[in-house]
Amino acid sequence: MKFTGTASYIATDDLMLAVNSAMVLGRPLLVKGEPGTGKTMLAEEVAAALGMPLFQWHIKSTTKAQQGLYEYDAVSRLRDSQLGDDRVHDIANYIVKGKVWEAFESDHRSVLLIDEVDKADIEFPNDLLRELDRMEFYVYETRQLIQAKKRPMIIITSNNEKELPDAFLRRCFFHYIRFPDRETLEQIVNVHYPDIKSNLVKEALEVFYGVREIQGLKKKPSTSELLDWLKILMSEQITPAELNYNRKNKKIPQLHGALLKNEQDVQLFDPASRRSAY
Amino acid sequence: MIRLPAVPRINSPAMLLDFFLRLKNSKIPVTLMEFLTLLEALAQHLAFGSVEEFYYLSRLCLVKDEANYDAFDRVFAEHFHGISNPLEDVTGTIPEEWLRKLTEKFLSEEEKKQIQALGGLDKLLETLKKRLEEQKERHQGGSKWVGTGGTSPFGAYGYNPEGIRIGQAESRHHRAVKVWDKREFRDLDDSVELGTRNMKVALRRLRNFAREGALEELDMSGTIRATANNAGYLDIKMIPERHNKIKVLIFFDVGGSMDPHIELCEQLFSAARTEFKHLEYFYFHNCIYERVWRENQRRFNQHCATHDLLHQFGSDYKVIVVGDATMSPYELVWPGGSVEHHNPETGAVWLGRILDQFRKVVWLNPAPQPEWRYSESVQIVDQLLKGQMYPLNVGGIDQAISYLSK
Repeated sequence: MKFTGTASYIATDDLMLAVNSAMVLGRPLLVKGEPGTGKTMLAEEVAAALGMPLFQWHIKSTTKAQQGLYEYDAVSRLRDSQLGDDRVHDIANYIVKGKVWEAFESDHRSVLLIDEVDKADIEFPNDLLRELDRMEFYVYETRQLIQAKKRPMIIITSNNEKELPDAFLRRCFFHYIRFPDRETLEQIVNVHYPDIKSNLVKEALEVFYGVREIQGLKKKPSTSELLDWLKILMSEQITPAELNYNRKNKKIPQLHGALLKNEQDVQLFDPASRRSAY
Repeated sequence: MIRLPAVPRINSPAMLLDFFLRLKNSKIPVTLMEFLTLLEALAQHLAFGSVEEFYYLSRLCLVKDEANYDAFDRVFAEHFHGISNPLEDVTGTIPEEWLRKLTEKFLSEEEKKQIQALGGLDKLLETLKKRLEEQKERHQGGSKWVGTGGTSPFGAYGYNPEGIRIGQAESRHHRAVKVWDKREFRDLDDSVELGTRNMKVALRRLRNFAREGALEELDMSGTIRATANNAGYLDIKMIPERHNKIKVLIFFDVGGSMDPHIELCEQLFSAARTEFKHLEYFYFHNCIYERVWRENQRRFNQHCATHDLLHQFGSDYKVIVVGDATMSPYELVWPGGSVEHHNPETGAVWLGRILDQFRKVVWLNPAPQPEWRYSESVQIVDQLLKGQMYPLNVGGIDQAISYLSK
């Protein structure tokens, strides 16, 4: 089984190698990169391409490592005890499985996505070291050792909001998805919109890279923004010539709302408002 | 025992080991465990044949931070030189005209004479070219610059020469290129390892401070009370999830008289970055005026208005200003006194605004405390802050933190 990208996801050579290495050696793969370069998509695409079940664990600032393993629902049990429910005698009734447990339990080798690991508390990755290493954990309430039936392929994404601990990094493979070059980007566009006219793509990419090169943008438009923009360009039937006209005259691109999500970024195009800003 | 596969020419264990040691020497944080992982991966034939694959694989296994990609690239290129050169040749693409003009513009007569002594302008240009090459490689290797796409030398052209870190490394032409260095403000590197024991202690103090206010879970006493009120029927009370409440705003003085203190500031920054979830940082030069900036490289074209900061951050942010407060007193008390630009309002006015907005503000001064009294500006700042200026050392941080957390 080798991952070579899918019909809707273009993977570069280094990314393919990263995924396949992580798969063969059973190491977690930590993926970083600019927002909108397809980090989260990667797990979905790997799962789809290789026919593996996918478990997604989305991390929030309040997520605890334990929640991915299991949770003991003490409150329900207390309530049940007050109401005289029979379930109360077996503690196993109140153990709620987390995503990691589900992935460990899967009969087929699965993909486990731990999305945006940097959102959680600083200690979060450290609390998962053993689980990621040995692929097992202990349920104290029921005195059970849960071991992965098949070592899941673990993909972890990070947006760099916080530094991750060294011990955690040592156990992972690390891949940084760089912003795609023009060639790759054209391929990506073609997989998404096979019917798009080539001269429109060419002109749009010209504008797109021009926007990205502007110094001082708060949020550079990324692949996903480009795809959205192309979609509305097509539906509004903007011609390459019109795009070209605005670019040559240093005007803000048509339908810029899809590319620039920040008011200040839009102002960068408008010299008059820029001057008044100082 | 791991058997090494037949990767042409790069397979000898000695060569790999050398490579590993070289990475370590270049201060890339690699560990033996990761090296063994690489060997294991090679044993699994994950990279066979092409050097490119080997490059990707070794990077995947050994480098865990994109900030180190560039350093890795350079070591890799150096070590496996001849096998392949992943970095494209840029010589000749730098417009000589530009270099020459720039040189003339920035060199004084005296320095030009020194250049003659060093082998003339042409030789210097050679060196400079090499340097620019290095700079270009840095982009490509992509520490912070990954994905900016601006790999053309004219991309480099676009920003200020001060922004290009020419002459950062040691050089035998040090004297001549120093000119380029003059207005160079290094971004504070947060990846510095906290080597000294002193800073580790300081780190612990910062941690105490960051962990404060942590409380959560089942409200035990509340539950007991409520259950008793409820005639013995259980009535669970919960209190909200805990959050790390401490929010920190740090302003760093950079450049000029702060240069000798860079290392110290880096350590502090590194410590703070790992400790605080809500950490915002900005740079300024000498004194905070109407604008500060986020990235040193972009200091000339990307500012944040200080007014905006005052509105953006709540008064519960703890403010730490790091600077030696050594400047001309005019910078503090005279409109237009800044050495860098025309400031309509004085530094003192701006400091006052910051003090008004934020409940807790401290100033950490890396200059030795006994020297403070010889500098008028330090005394003015100290007065403005009502004595909340502390030396940037363990004791000082300790005091500052205890004031902040009060």
